Amino acid sequence: MRRIGVFVCHCGSNIAATVDVKKVVEMALLEQGVVHAEDYPYMCSEAGQSRIAEAIREKQLEGIVVCSCSPRMHEATFRKCAERNGLNPYLVEIANIREHCSWIHKDMQEATEKAVILMRAAVAKVHLNAPLLAGESAVTKRALVIGGGIAGIQTALDIADAGYHVDIVEKEPSIGGRMSQLDKTFPTLDCSACILTPKMVEAASHENITIHTWSEVEKVSGFVGNFTVDIRKKARYVNMDKCTGCGICQEKCPSKKPLNEFNRGLNNRSAIYTPFAQAIPNVPVIDASACIKLNTGKCGICEKFCQAGAIDYKQQDEIITEQYGAIVVATGFDTIKLDKYGEYAYNESKDVITSLELERIMNAAGPTKGHLERLSDGKAPKEIVFIQCVGSRCSDDRGKPYCSKICCMYTAKHAMLIRDKYPDTNVTVFYIDVRTPGKNFDEFYRRAVEDYGVNYVKGQVGKVAPQPDGSLLVHGVDLLENKQILKKADMVVLATAIEPNPDVRKIATMLTASIDTNNFLTEAHPKLRPVESPTAGVFLSGVCQGPKDIPETVAQAGAAAVKVIGLLAKDKLKTNPCTAKADELRCNGCSQCANVCPYGAISYETKQVNDHGIREERRIAVVNSALCQGCGACTVTCPSGAMDLQGFSNRQIIAEVDAICR
Amino acid sequence: MNKVDEIKQISGVNPLKCMKCGKCSASCPSFNEMDIKPHQFVTYVVNDDVEALANSKSAWKCLSCFACIERCPRNVQPGKLIDAARQILIRQRGQEGLSADEIPALLDEDMPQQLLMSAFRKYRR
Repeated sequence: MRRIGVFVCHCGSNIAATVDVKKVVEMALLEQGVVHAEDYPYMCSEAGQSRIAEAIREKQLEGIVVCSCSPRMHEATFRKCAERNGLNPYLVEIANIREHCSWIHKDMQEATEKAVILMRAAVAKVHLNAPLLAGESAVTKRALVIGGGIAGIQTALDIADAGYHVDIVEKEPSIGGRMSQLDKTFPTLDCSACILTPKMVEAASHENITIHTWSEVEKVSGFVGNFTVDIRKKARYVNMDKCTGCGICQEKCPSKKPLNEFNRGLNNRSAIYTPFAQAIPNVPVIDASACIKLNTGKCGICEKFCQAGAIDYKQQDEIITEQYGAIVVATGFDTIKLDKYGEYAYNESKDVITSLELERIMNAAGPTKGHLERLSDGKAPKEIVFIQCVGSRCSDDRGKPYCSKICCMYTAKHAMLIRDKYPDTNVTVFYIDVRTPGKNFDEFYRRAVEDYGVNYVKGQVGKVAPQPDGSLLVHGVDLLENKQILKKADMVVLATAIEPNPDVRKIATMLTASIDTNNFLTEAHPKLRPVESPTAGVFLSGVCQGPKDIPETVAQAGAAAVKVIGLLAKDKLKTNPCTAKADELRCNGCSQCANVCPYGAISYETKQVNDHGIREERRIAVVNSALCQGCGACTVTCPSGAMDLQGFSNRQIIAEVDAICR
Repeated sequence: MNKVDEIKQISGVNPLKCMKCGKCSASCPSFNEMDIKPHQFVTYVVNDDVEALANSKSAWKCLSCFACIERCPRNVQPGKLIDAARQILIRQRGQEGLSADEIPALLDEDMPQQLLMSAFRKYRR
């Protein structure tokens, strides 16, 4: 019989207000083997831990149960405490009486009863815990950044500057992301390209950065420190080494129908194209679906005009396999589709546009060369209406429940820039709330109102009705005046909600990184570990984690880089010893475990076994403990009960169940 | 049951979900005819003044066009609240509104069924 100590934490009032902690202590002392039990307001504190240390020494404890918060919170804390005091850290069990008990119950008697049951289960388990030793695994000193927008670029630069090699994988033909589509940036109104392109150039020329554009992550395997990633380099049909970026191919290409994605489909591009003039790399790609040569075999004009001989119609997709120690997700965002918002007439009228489309219209390199004009007739709009929160803060099934965070500021920016450049154009903004927390943000919004005369109306728009004369009739309301407003406008701009790039689902699945109901990647802890995914070795940068503006994205990108550097700086990582193990005498070599193992950790060996005096050769499963992540899939699959998870053995789990049912 | 609980039960609306955006009032074709505007309906319920809502002009000016119900981003749907207010009033006086016997004479084959339902609730003898 082991000598067990039980420590019950009050967690201030988090636990003690709902669970009678004294009662839990009292009941613990009745359990078999429990030689010590006590409660304390904060077990995780220095003083709490020293009580545990003292009990280990004085009562010669051989196992510990801490009744406290989730093991995700403080299991590591208490394991370290045990280790410092000469007890194997895997002889510590946590009974989660906070998240699983006090936080979800109101009735003290019921909650106490449940806390006692959870304590009992943990005591029953710890009796069977084996002292485990953590192994070590090497760290591949190279990082992968998925996404080449400002988040990905900044993360890559910071990691590369620390001396580690970084690969950026970007699915578009150029890095730059959403920021390269923006005209000006709030609240300083610097030109977006002017501050972004130097960073793009820096990333491209950095000796520690390799950029794979027009490429996608295809497959990820391995674990923290040792990821193996297949990257699909899509056929560009242009030889990157030969191309000089002269651009004559784009000029001469006769296929000019495809919508220009970079300009949000507001104009067209050629089949061979670079998305924008400052693209990095400055090497075009051929859009295979639109290329006449690739579809009909006739044409070949780009090849004829290319003096460098860079065009290669025979190029194929190529899969490269690389090793990484850490992976950063920086997949960014897109605006939501507006198909469900018929009342705004977005699909009916060319003059109802999203803010990102306005961004392209305002940009000198955009479809109108930077002139503010209506896309329907090219006329200068004299009356512009902005509508805020289109698809944001919606609890219906049409939009997103969250605030997109950036819209209030970019709308103030657009309104201000229009009033500055075209003073005879009236600008009205319909808003629900103006949200401007941020350095110099509210001052910026007030400048739009006070210095530039932007008309802010508290209220929403119910309907935008295109009129026969080409104008748009906006049905709005001014809630402060308690009046309905009917306003004739020449252009309506919708502050469209943003959502994570739809590709993120696929990537999160490959990385086994969790995502929330809105497809934002989940942090390991929302406050204390905001740039780490719960999956070890996977980090988050930019809007893929939640809506944020450029300064916040850059700050988070740096934070993610620091976490990656901290990981890559280590030569060895301690591995989790709670891995699977096969019982040689029970294993019949059926291969079912190997088939379900997501980490490829199980192989087979032919071994000499002695089964009750019978010596014979058998095919037996062998687990590579460096690869095994302890998920337990093999243990439930094994038909003969040969697979067991150390630290969570079948015996331990049955003992827990027995204790609960007692 | 008090009036507030009654209106919540009849309408199935939680007025606390309203974020005061005003899209209902922006959409309402009867806005100018109403004394209490659609975006204010929730306030009357929250402030425990269902009586005023039921006795307002708005209760009878609402066309049941459902624009506010269709467009409300928070599923508050003020049209359901005012419809419930009307019902409370009708139930209070024990009046059935339109009598079923009168319907055949009034029928128009283009008339949507929904309108008929609203008429039952709205028009008194």
